[in-house]
Amino acid sequence: MTVIDLSKTSIRDLNQRLHDLNGADRTNEWRITNPNGEHAIAAGLNAPINVQIDGPVGYYCGGMNKEAMITINGHCGWGVGENIMSGFIRVKGNASESVGASGVGGLIVIEGDASSRCGISMKGVDIVVTGSVGHMSAFLAQKGHLVVCGDVGPDLGASIYETVIYVQGEVGRLGADCIEKEMTPEHRENLTRLLRQAEVDADPARFRRYGSARKLYHFNVDHADAY
Amino acid sequence: MTDDRPPLRQSASFPPEVLAEIHRAADQGVYEIRGFGAKRSLPTFDDLVFLGASVSRYPLEGYREKCETNVTLGTRFAKKPIEIKIPITIAGMSFGSLGANAKEALGRAATEMGTSTTTGDGGMTEEERQSSKTLVYQVLPSRYGMNPDDLRRGDAIEVVVGQGAKPGGGGMLLGQKITKRVAGMRALPQGIDQRSASRHPDWTGPDDLAIKIRELREITDWEKPIYVKIGATRTSYDVALAVKAGADVVVLDGMQGGTGATQDVFLEHVGIPTLPAVRLAVEALEELDMHREVQLIVSGGIRTGADVAKALAMGADAVSIGTAALVALGCNKAVHIEDYQALGTEPGYCHHCHTGLCPVGITTQVPELEERLPPEHGARLLKNYLTTMVLEAQTLARACGKSHLHNLEPEDLVALTIEAAAMAGVPLAGTDWIPGRGAT
Repeated sequence: MTVIDLSKTSIRDLNQRLHDLNGADRTNEWRITNPNGEHAIAAGLNAPINVQIDGPVGYYCGGMNKEAMITINGHCGWGVGENIMSGFIRVKGNASESVGASGVGGLIVIEGDASSRCGISMKGVDIVVTGSVGHMSAFLAQKGHLVVCGDVGPDLGASIYETVIYVQGEVGRLGADCIEKEMTPEHRENLTRLLRQAEVDADPARFRRYGSARKLYHFNVDHADAY
Repeated sequence: MTDDRPPLRQSASFPPEVLAEIHRAADQGVYEIRGFGAKRSLPTFDDLVFLGASVSRYPLEGYREKCETNVTLGTRFAKKPIEIKIPITIAGMSFGSLGANAKEALGRAATEMGTSTTTGDGGMTEEERQSSKTLVYQVLPSRYGMNPDDLRRGDAIEVVVGQGAKPGGGGMLLGQKITKRVAGMRALPQGIDQRSASRHPDWTGPDDLAIKIRELREITDWEKPIYVKIGATRTSYDVALAVKAGADVVVLDGMQGGTGATQDVFLEHVGIPTLPAVRLAVEALEELDMHREVQLIVSGGIRTGADVAKALAMGADAVSIGTAALVALGCNKAVHIEDYQALGTEPGYCHHCHTGLCPVGITTQVPELEERLPPEHGARLLKNYLTTMVLEAQTLARACGKSHLHNLEPEDLVALTIEAAAMAGVPLAGTDWIPGRGAT
């Protein structure tokens, strides 16, 4: 395991070393200490490596990640795993705004609460939050899954497209064009798979499903009051 | 038989086009969506003229002495700044709004002329990357097609905060243009009306933007110049904040800038014209001692070499064209007239980009229409047009005694109207008066 102490190494040097691993051996193990809330830690990784970050991180940790498995032992700032393409990010703490914003693939697990706009504009990423999420989560969400084991704030799934949302706790006011949908056996099976992948212990039978009513897919003046 | 009726008097408040719009709104109950740009009359670079050389200045020989046109963009932080041979770039226009042939034609012409093209709201296509030697990759609020591989394949990155056609608004692509390929690139269902976000999903204010720019630099190992594109509104503040956030280049798009589709009310009533915006941007850069350190690209209603020369004289480093480039490809040309008429319009008046039924094959995804624009032919047309613009700009610069287009300066300009003098910050012709500043 390679250990990088960010009290002695710059973010630039760290990221350059990680980027230079492009296509590196899968067994590569990295541990980053003293992150101290710095931004863009481990952003733009492009190799199947394991990266463990011990401490809180700032904005965009693991941004645009491809293939890497990143574990954050601490809280994280805005946009963790923004535009993630593949790989896995686990946050052992709370997350600030815009978790996995516009993420295309991969899996993000928040072992705690996530603030507002969790999964905003998501395009295929799967996000599992063991706690609660704030307002306007899954805003403009296009593809992928958002699983919330706790409660969700107002305006969930506003202007949602084809993302599927599963919520175990309380759901506040739904956003424009977001509705509750039937939880079929197929969806329960899908949720079971997501929880297993996330290694989260929860009962799929306790979740409800939300998605798009698809009424805003084509502009219709009779729906103008939905905005 | 003579007609003894008195002449009909048209209402100034309710001219025929206003009456027609009220009738249309009453019929349909929804705002008009269209392409192109603002159609209203605005102060433009046409309201400025150059003071050619005479006794007090001497000119360069038009056919014998060099007038350089090259520009370097991204010198502030990027390891690999962009070198372009002419100060005219091609603005961002999405694949989806434009067909693949049009995008390829833009790329081919730009490559032959030694300048850059820009991706647009929808991601990078392979044809575009292959045809355009210098390609600017846009990071837009929608993040359609966004991925780190294309980010790294771009030669520069443009963070789009807004555009001149609709500052404060997001992109729009109606369902008829969301083909299978376009839908796939954008991760959207095929055939839906796509209305892009107007705000970025993972940052809000200028402090966040600084952190976002730093992330993009980290992902690309600080190699790429990072542009910040803004629609012209509160230009002084926006330029200053873009500089503070770490931009290498500011792209400033005035309200004459075009679009593939948006609300008519947006096009005609939001933003400020390019003319005052350039002055405000240059003043903001000068105040920060960043003029020329952070390069300024100006767009929105650039049509001729004279526009190019005037923008550069006011302090821009380069200009960018969108609508004019499409016109060079054949937009609004008097061919296939029956197809214009089928859209309810005529050549010269068409703004029906939003329908996807472009009669000349530019803003369409319909194969039969796209065939009307072979990429190699379109590239030749645009190359000719760009060549003409450069020659025109050089002609004006030499007449002012300048051996490089960047040597043009505000002192070379005067205004023909009080409004233009005030907006551009140059004297009213025949006076030393710049409105708002008093006599010098």
